[in-house]
Amino acid sequence: MPDTTLHTPPLRPGAFPSTAARAGLTGFPSPAENYAERTLDLNECLVKHPAATFFMRVEGHSMQAHSIHHGDILVVDRAVSACFGHIVVAPIDGEILVKRLEQRHGRAFLCSGHPDHAPIPINERSLQIWGVVRSVIHEFPL
Amino acid sequence: MIGLVDCNNFYVSCERVFQPSLEGRPVGVLSNNDGCVIARSTELKAMGVEMGTPAFRLQPCLQRGEIHLLSSNYELYGDMSARVRMVLEEGVDEVEPYSIDEMFVRLEGLDDAALTRQARSLYDDVRRYTGLPVCVGVGPTHTLAKLANHVAKSSAAYQGVCILTADSDGTRYLLRHTPIGDIWGLGRRLAERLALLGLRNAWDLRNADAKTLRRHHSVVLERTILELRGISCIAMQDDEARRRIMVSRSFGRATGEWQHLREAITQHAQHAAEKLRHQRSLACALYVFLKTNRHRHDQPQHTPELVVALPHPTNDSRPIIATARRALARIHRPGYRYMKAGVMLLDLLDTEHHQLSLLDTTDDTEHPRNERLMTTLDTLNRRMGRNTIGFGLPTANAPWKLRCGNLSSRYTTRWGELLKVKA
Repeated sequence: MPDTTLHTPPLRPGAFPSTAARAGLTGFPSPAENYAERTLDLNECLVKHPAATFFMRVEGHSMQAHSIHHGDILVVDRAVSACFGHIVVAPIDGEILVKRLEQRHGRAFLCSGHPDHAPIPINERSLQIWGVVRSVIHEFPL
Repeated sequence: MIGLVDCNNFYVSCERVFQPSLEGRPVGVLSNNDGCVIARSTELKAMGVEMGTPAFRLQPCLQRGEIHLLSSNYELYGDMSARVRMVLEEGVDEVEPYSIDEMFVRLEGLDDAALTRQARSLYDDVRRYTGLPVCVGVGPTHTLAKLANHVAKSSAAYQGVCILTADSDGTRYLLRHTPIGDIWGLGRRLAERLALLGLRNAWDLRNADAKTLRRHHSVVLERTILELRGISCIAMQDDEARRRIMVSRSFGRATGEWQHLREAITQHAQHAAEKLRHQRSLACALYVFLKTNRHRHDQPQHTPELVVALPHPTNDSRPIIATARRALARIHRPGYRYMKAGVMLLDLLDTEHHQLSLLDTTDDTEHPRNERLMTTLDTLNRRMGRNTIGFGLPTANAPWKLRCGNLSSRYTTRWGELLKVKA
């Protein structure tokens, strides 16, 4: 299964509209333009492959050991090849699950890191990994 | 060489990316208001369900749970289409969307081995990045690329990629086995007329005398013959295929002004609606795009696009213009200087074919009047020049109520509708 090489083509420049675009409507360059260029964009930081990145909402508590909580948003990248140790999203029996891909005694499992959820043994050949979780967005109640 | 990347059963495939349980099952996507079938999975095609089948006829199959019917989710399809384009743009220099699910790419300066590698990697990358299955056809002309794509799609042996060189044994074999009606832009009626001249397959046509056929038929036929020989002469803008209508133009001078953009989009939408009526079709959705000048690296870039459903399948300029304007309002960002704007009409249905559900979805007393109005409009514009009469005011912002019985979530464009994953 998963080859161990990470496939990371260079980030396409201009995939997101730059903040510099807010410069004046009149056609005169805005004096703020040079500074606006430096405003940080979370997309740049979290989304490495815009065409292959999808956001998903977590339901359930089985992945808390991996800091993934109910209601969190996952940043899922399809361009990354899954390796053991990655947190992945995969369809199992018609449901889409988020689990950790692990190897135990030479076999592959989708694991939760929660005693109530037994590891799911998987057939490496037939398993379709939907994507790899790159980050998780957890908002605190304020 | 020119490549054509065509998504397999695009709308159904988009749904399957987020609902893997639909894989391998007969799935259909319905026009707005759930009127009729506008997209089918391979399994649904195999059951004999035709394009344009009214949804109510499928009710029995649906109730028995034999098939799945979904309302069209244009927001999702539009976003997935933009992703496909982004993947292709990473791999090649020039990508020209031909429709929401078909894109031409330029593959220049590659030897045979590199060309095969490139085509194969486009095939793999789109699948991997977006989850959408595609076929890639490559040829020296648009017509041959289209044909190569058709071959890649219909024969599993090609594994989704087919490359046709202008003059090879393989190309000759394939042309001999391609009926004339299957060639891009040639209809069945023309095929029947050509059959009377003893021209039966694409190879016959390729070797026919182009000049004579042009005299007796059309310049389109002559161009097609040249294209089959490997001489490129069909511009991508031509839309002989009648499956979508595209009107776009570059501005004389880049503009960011709302008023200019709005006028351009209105004009394009009106022109597109005229073309639509001319070919006696109805459109289900439209696609609006803006482009900044990508060669001006000193300027901020913005190339937004949006696909929106029309309130019902229509050829009436008014809802088409109003919808296009609303789409423009959603994608336009102040501060960018746009070079080009365009409107594309999608999912075209034959007027005759659709009479039934038309009555079902619009106020039928209005319908004949609308048709008369549109005919008058077109006649005046033809006689006295384009834009003699047009629409100055948008139709009142009617709350378009789509009757979406089974609409999937807009997974990629709405925070409230993200795909739920179980932890």
